[in-house]
Amino acid sequence: MIGNVIAGMFAGGVTSDFESIATVTVGAGGATDVTFSSIATTWQHLQIRVLARSNRAAADDNIAIQLNSDTGANYSHHNLRGSGTSASSGATASASLISGADITASTALSNTFSVHIIDILDYKDTNKYTTIRTLGGYDVNGDGNIRLTSGSWRNTAAVSTIKLYPATTGSWVQYTSIALYGIKG
Amino acid sequence: MPATYEPIATNTLASAVATVEFTSISGTYTDIIAVINSTLASSSGAVQAIVNSDTASNYSYTRLIGNGTAASSDRGTSTTTMFLGDSSTTPTTILVHFQNYSNTTTNKTVIARNNDSTSRVTATVNLWRSTSAITTIKFQNNAAVNFAIGSQFTLYGIKAA
Repeated sequence: MIGNVIAGMFAGGVTSDFESIATVTVGAGGATDVTFSSIATTWQHLQIRVLARSNRAAADDNIAIQLNSDTGANYSHHNLRGSGTSASSGATASASLISGADITASTALSNTFSVHIIDILDYKDTNKYTTIRTLGGYDVNGDGNIRLTSGSWRNTAAVSTIKLYPATTGSWVQYTSIALYGIKG
Repeated sequence: MPATYEPIATNTLASAVATVEFTSISGTYTDIIAVINSTLASSSGAVQAIVNSDTASNYSYTRLIGNGTAASSDRGTSTTTMFLGDSSTTPTTILVHFQNYSNTTTNKTVIARNNDSTSRVTATVNLWRSTSAITTIKFQNNAAVNFAIGSQFTLYGIKAA
């Protein structure tokens, strides 16, 4: 993982290559999405660290990711997931979003949020499609999910806008916090 | 842009001990990441975490496992520790993310990735049912044996803008 690489670098005394770009903490009114726009090409990779819960009338949903406001069927994703009782894998081709790990929703244990780490590698490289990976999930003492996801955006444009939202329906609830970081090459 | 991802503390064991604890963790950061390179002095066991000295049944986890033959998943409910991954007499690595560890409005969800080259790879999401800020983290193992000399436990802090 990037974290391992960075940790090794910092153990050697380099402390300036992982930078905070922007953070959104959702207020009392909720938010249908969190979008980071006008992302500069200063870094080599991006990492998004998420604490999230939606108000969907269900136990959970999934975190959705769209890049550069592209709502076309230009994404695909694969996942490996654990439900607490079994492991499974799935994939979706020609999707309009990248579906990441599960997020808690309104009927889940109160005050309990999912966490996610989303890496967008070589986000500014215009010679290849963009690949992302995610690790995330939640546990509510008797239910839960954990998921690894890879996602592809079939576009060679540099990523300058990232939208994160509950995949099915609903909004982010108060205290959802999504932070964008840049990692220098 | 503000630089972040700072080393907070490292404990490289000069003698074998059963537990490693970090105390008085400040609320300076947004996330804490623990990087564990552990070897057990004998036996195999799961590396666990106890936060804020809470030894009651306030933890739970959901885990994804790959053992080289099959993938599986299990969970623990109302446990007395977090489960972070496996360790044995062969060095293993575990990366643990304590996200938004200092907020006082949400229960704490902690995600860990473990690499044990001798047996299996795991990803585990833990819940601590408390809205308290995390100020202490103690690492131990369920084999109740010592971590071997040279095992290393490092905390890093990430601060969001």
